Amino acid sequence: MDAEAAKLLGAGFAAIGMGIAALGVGNVFAAFLEGALRNPGAADGQQGRLFIGFAGAELLGLLAFVTMIILVFVA
Amino acid sequence: MAEGGKIDPMHQFLIEPVLGLRWNVAGYDLSFTNSALWMVITLVTLWLFMLGGMKRELVPGRWQAAVEGFTGFVQNMLTSNIGPEGKRFTPYVFSLFMFILFANILGLMPVGIVPGWHPFTVTSHLTVTGVLAIISFAIVLIVGFGRHGFHFFSLFVPHGTPVIMIPLIFVVELMSFLVRPFSLGLRLFVAMTAGHILLKVLAAFVINGINLGPGYVAIVSLPSFVLMLGITLLELLVAAIQAYVFALLTSVYLNDAVNLH
Repeated sequence: MDAEAAKLLGAGFAAIGMGIAALGVGNVFAAFLEGALRNPGAADGQQGRLFIGFAGAELLGLLAFVTMIILVFVA
Repeated sequence: MAEGGKIDPMHQFLIEPVLGLRWNVAGYDLSFTNSALWMVITLVTLWLFMLGGMKRELVPGRWQAAVEGFTGFVQNMLTSNIGPEGKRFTPYVFSLFMFILFANILGLMPVGIVPGWHPFTVTSHLTVTGVLAIISFAIVLIVGFGRHGFHFFSLFVPHGTPVIMIPLIFVVELMSFLVRPFSLGLRLFVAMTAGHILLKVLAAFVINGINLGPGYVAIVSLPSFVLMLGITLLELLVAAIQAYVFALLTSVYLNDAVNLH
């Protein structure tokens, strides 16, 4: 296989990781809403933790994006 | 088929001297770049915003209420994460939050309609976000070692760890601690870069479609433009969330340094 083709294929595969991170981010907010609707009184106090979870899930998707950009523009 | 213009989404991140003036001082390139220019613009906007609102009137007007909303928000975040001692860090975390927020939002402003001007997102470079993250990390280290001395290392051994596990847990916790400045800086930088690349690619679709004729306008340009509007709104949300997450994680890390576990 051509090296250039392999690079672009790798970048495409890395994009899958971003989709999976989207599942993770959706899961964070879904679980938060589920809990928050059961006990709305406690929901406001947990917003910080919500965003910490969101940041963790999002970071891994962004790492997939970095891999992609490095493959296309740097490697 | 007509050739469309080449899409070059990375060009917007190019750092170049303002007006092409290059200042070389003793072999170092000290040019006033577009990055520096937009940092100054961010700073001036921030000053104007703060000076307009710091009136200390008993009944706040709209502007003062906006400023007090931001300061109250940051102070509330710190006291809920760190406790009463968190108030001491309000000036730092507030500056950090407001600078990142203003830089993110100014980078999204439609300055491009003025010919020859181009908005530049300061936070889309790892050098800037990395330095901000290193400052946060350094403050965590200084506060941690200053308050607890070498007892600060107990942060890496959670309560109730079995003795056999201590060497392993210590290494794992140390790694996760040392990776913090990287993840903090990388998150902001990549989130901003990704959003701007996406917007630029969609903008190129719109322009290329217009150049190719009315048929392409209907099937390419118009949907791309509508999508761009939506993505721009999403980017405004991301700009605010990333500034919030940066400040929030800084306060969480400060909590580790102040209170240990």
